[in-house]
Amino acid sequence: MNIKKKIEQANEVALERMSNVQPILVDIELEAMNVIPAMDKKTILHAGPPIDWGRMCGPTQGAIAGILVYEGLAANIEEGYELAASGEIKFDCNHDHDTVGPMTGVTSPHQPVFVLEDRENGRKSYCTLNEGRGKVLRFGGWDFEVLDRLNWMKDILAPALKKAVNHAKGIDIKSIISESLHMGDEAHNRNRSGSYLFMREITPHLMDTVDVSTAKEVFLFLTQNADIFNLNLSMPHSKLIADAARDIDYCSLVVAMARNGTDIGIQVSALGREWFTSPATMVDGLYFPGFSEEDACPDLGDSTISEVIGIGGFSMASSPAIVSFVGGSASEAVSRTERMYEITAGKSKTFTIPSLNFRGAPTGIDIRKVVELNEPPLINTGIAHKEAGIGQIGAGLTSAPLEMFHEALKSFGKKYL
Amino acid sequence: MEKLDKLLSTGPKVLNIGLQSFYESCETQGIPTVHIRWEPPAQGNPELLSLLDKLL
Repeated sequence: MNIKKKIEQANEVALERMSNVQPILVDIELEAMNVIPAMDKKTILHAGPPIDWGRMCGPTQGAIAGILVYEGLAANIEEGYELAASGEIKFDCNHDHDTVGPMTGVTSPHQPVFVLEDRENGRKSYCTLNEGRGKVLRFGGWDFEVLDRLNWMKDILAPALKKAVNHAKGIDIKSIISESLHMGDEAHNRNRSGSYLFMREITPHLMDTVDVSTAKEVFLFLTQNADIFNLNLSMPHSKLIADAARDIDYCSLVVAMARNGTDIGIQVSALGREWFTSPATMVDGLYFPGFSEEDACPDLGDSTISEVIGIGGFSMASSPAIVSFVGGSASEAVSRTERMYEITAGKSKTFTIPSLNFRGAPTGIDIRKVVELNEPPLINTGIAHKEAGIGQIGAGLTSAPLEMFHEALKSFGKKYL
Repeated sequence: MEKLDKLLSTGPKVLNIGLQSFYESCETQGIPTVHIRWEPPAQGNPELLSLLDKLL
């Protein structure tokens, strides 16, 4: 069999495996280090490809300094910065620990995490709980408002949701995401429908397992943050789907794409854990009043795992409302999705797009097609302020740089030719 | 000859392949134009083209 045929067959296998994944929210672990592989009390995980402290962007450094205070390892933010720079803390990227996190993606040993399991093959993935909008850790916020919210999430929100999820014996996240695409979400920057669908699933179990006062607090938080809460369920769900395509010989599909605010990187199925990186791009977006591109940090977060499986920027056609948040027009949203069919190996059997006659979402980014057509994967994303402590300043559109796809293709050729 | 007369009397309809600025220029002059996005494959890079020839 010639190599072209081997690649096509491998990519078909990858698509089939991705399609078969059944991501279920099975638990909420109150201390991440109890479940995340190779994590101890001095390990802090972050978004994107691996990076040293000195090269990290402002928001990531701020989020890490803040989480060291939350962890009780530093008494204040200044000590947090000193400890982070001292070499005592081990930093690593979420993806290499079966984890994902939006924006800075900072995940620490004593934060609660969603635990998702693929009922097809038993693989697991993890993600912190979403803090909502405003000044939050994932955008580099670190003050008392941020830390108080994180402590409330650990003490009240996470234990309550854990009881409800356990009572439910698991919640099917893939069904929620699939339905949310028919309700105006693209499940990366618009998650409102997904959040409401999650609330529909969790409500009866919450009412059966926690007292009225706690339930009231939880519902208030979920309602106020419905714009974004489901992202932290969608992302580990997407991670399980993408991971099912890993380590397939001859497979030329991307299995991870992530940014740390300094670099953006991809991993390719047949090329193991190697990251191919380029400088992170700036986001062309709509800014909140008082902010402009001069204030923006380059693209940031693991949330591009959404685009890897065909939702998010690849399914913008399903979300005309998203353009009011990230810019552009509804017809551009459709044409963006149509362009992504040119660089993908197939169409999703699960995620379908109403405005395209329920065509399956473009799935499986093929590095060969990206390079041939000079067509980079499109991303829609939030924008963090470049300085720590300020938070989100807008949202917009960007695309992955072609150079890292060039390097990945060269490495692929070196391995197989 | 008849076709040429028609072209001169009704004006052109343009199918533009490649350069976006040509398309935009026609559009601003009110000329009916359809644009097809096209770039040299792999940005014309010989090493990448050779790889694609074998892999795609």
